[in-house]
Amino acid sequence: MSFSQSFRLALKSLRTSKMRSLLTMLGIIIGVASVIVIISLGDGMNNMINSEFEKMGANLLQVEVMSPSPSRTVKDEQMYALAQENPGLIAAVSPNVSVRATVKVGSETYSASVTGVGEDLPVIQSVELTQGRFLYYVDVDRMQNVCVIGAWIDQEAYNGAGLGQTLYINGYAYTVVGVVEASDPDSGPTSYNDNQVYIPYTNATRLNGNATITSYLFAATSDETNTRAKAAIESRLEQLLGDEDYYMVISMSEMMSIMGDITGTVMTVLVAIAGISLLVGGIGIMNIMLVSVTERTREIGIRKSLGAKHRDIRRQFIIEAGTTSAVGGVIGIALGTSLAKLVGPMVGIEAAASGVAIGVAFGVSVAVGVIFGYLPANKAAKLNPIDALRYD
Amino acid sequence: MSHLIELTDVYKIYHMGDTDIHALDGVTIHIDRGEFVAIVGQSGSGKSTAMNIIGCLDVPTSGSYFLDGVDVSTMEDDQQAEIRNRTLGFIFQQYNLIPKLNVLENVELPLLYSGADSVTRRQAAMAALERVGLAAKCKNLPSQLSGGQQQRVSIARALAGNPSVILADEPTGALDSRTGREVLAFLQELNREGNTIVLITHDNSIAVKAQRIIRLSDGKVIYDGPADDPKAVVQPHEPGEEGEAT
Ligand SMILES: Nc1ncnc2c1ncn2[C@@H]1O[C@H](COP(=O)(O)OP(=O)(O)OP(=O)(O)O)[C@@H](O)[C@H]1O
Ligand SMILES: [Mg+2]
Repeated sequence: MSFSQSFRLALKSLRTSKMRSLLTMLGIIIGVASVIVIISLGDGMNNMINSEFEKMGANLLQVEVMSPSPSRTVKDEQMYALAQENPGLIAAVSPNVSVRATVKVGSETYSASVTGVGEDLPVIQSVELTQGRFLYYVDVDRMQNVCVIGAWIDQEAYNGAGLGQTLYINGYAYTVVGVVEASDPDSGPTSYNDNQVYIPYTNATRLNGNATITSYLFAATSDETNTRAKAAIESRLEQLLGDEDYYMVISMSEMMSIMGDITGTVMTVLVAIAGISLLVGGIGIMNIMLVSVTERTREIGIRKSLGAKHRDIRRQFIIEAGTTSAVGGVIGIALGTSLAKLVGPMVGIEAAASGVAIGVAFGVSVAVGVIFGYLPANKAAKLNPIDALRYD
Repeated sequence: MSHLIELTDVYKIYHMGDTDIHALDGVTIHIDRGEFVAIVGQSGSGKSTAMNIIGCLDVPTSGSYFLDGVDVSTMEDDQQAEIRNRTLGFIFQQYNLIPKLNVLENVELPLLYSGADSVTRRQAAMAALERVGLAAKCKNLPSQLSGGQQQRVSIARALAGNPSVILADEPTGALDSRTGREVLAFLQELNREGNTIVLITHDNSIAVKAQRIIRLSDGKVIYDGPADDPKAVVQPHEPGEEGEAT
């Protein structure tokens, strides 16, 4: 029995009894559509999380120090030295000093977050400038009153013309030397970077009343050196502080993989639930195939009388079941992708159904048809030709 | 040389509760290549049972059946299917065309199962349709044809695989007498061309068109001889054989 004829016959019978076909395929359609929606939204969410992490620096190692006493602290020179001693592991380091400060332009106060950093921050995190420059070594070294501002502040306070203007941090005048690119053109100040004011960390410590620096950002040289860089930093901190309770090194790639694990688990559970619908769909196909075998007993008898073997009949019915579920799968994929496109923006996720997900969904739906079609097909194959021919 | 069809002491026994029904009760039939044989008998005499065994659709309870020198009485389903496909062509009373397939696709079926490629299939099927004069209707569905035409399609289907034996179980039973005669004339023509034909009928006027008549009664052969022998159409027990055929 040729494959193409079985396939064509299956499509024909799907078309001639549309209502019945639709009901047969419903389980598959719903199952595949929900799997596609879940995977699309899940992948979209993963992409979003990853790009946020990426912005913060994929090879970022964040160090938090909790000094037990004023005598046992970590100094910025020590951290810079650490970086210099391990050029193969550490690409850059920057202190990270948050300042609780009011930011004023003219008489207007803006809710900005002021952070003192080193000149190498752009090596560690993505800081794309649209105008001007980032902080220089001399700015840090000489404690110059210069700052780099986020796009949102530039927009709000200066209408986009902030470069060279002055803003006041706790009353001190700072000159804007650079503007950071907006992470999202229309978003508010909430987006990372957009309401930042970067100043030299030396200025920041002074604004904080010469408090010791408790937070540093490191960049490992690559994905591969991440773990070793982390170990190097930890051993130095151990040496300086004497106890692992006094510091913490957070690796962004570790965080990313933890997040990935969590979303992966959630998605697996959801897909498994949707899979139940596929199972129900398979049973629906099996049911209708059993009916079809009974209805077509005579046809089976005729085919057998003309020389169809067991495997010919079995193959015909399996192809039919596979075609039915494949068509259901295609409808489900179409439904799922359009649903994901519709729902995605509502929950703020750009849905991304990967080709692999679509391919797998299609493959699974065909497999469901073939597996659940096997039993009815085998029943058809085993019919006795005379009984089948006599059947009305 | 051995016979094309050799049934020797064949029994077919159905168990119905406590009683055994001997549908065939020690039947021995030999048919040679090129013969045109009519198997006749009253309803229930075992004609169809014999035909099913000859057609490899069924196996005897006991006895042997050699087809073209091969013992087919003990074959597996799939082996029998292969024999049916290669050696036998069926013509049924109810035509037994597949309604969803068009005329050409129906005629191609035996070739499909023999594994012929699509070009060969098409050529052989069209040639067979041409022989029965229905090449023009090849794209029609069976339901769009008259009964006589449908039966001709089923003859074309039986011919398409170029079988050694054509088996026809009451091929004219569902047709009016004129169309029935046409179909019969066609079978005679096929026979003249060398095809072996085994025809089942309960109609004496049709049976006498064959060369040889085998009369069954209660599962036994009670006459086997030339069709023009007066004894061939004699009814030993019950006169008149217009009874319902099933
Ligand atoms: N599957 C079966 N189970 C039980 N008995 C059967 C079966 N098939 C046939 N028989 C019996 O075997 C006997 C012969 O039946 P068969 O069909 O060969 O008769 P027939 O000569 O073809 O009759 P008709 O002219 O009516 O078609 C009948 O008594 C019938 O009841
Ligand atoms: Mg009969």
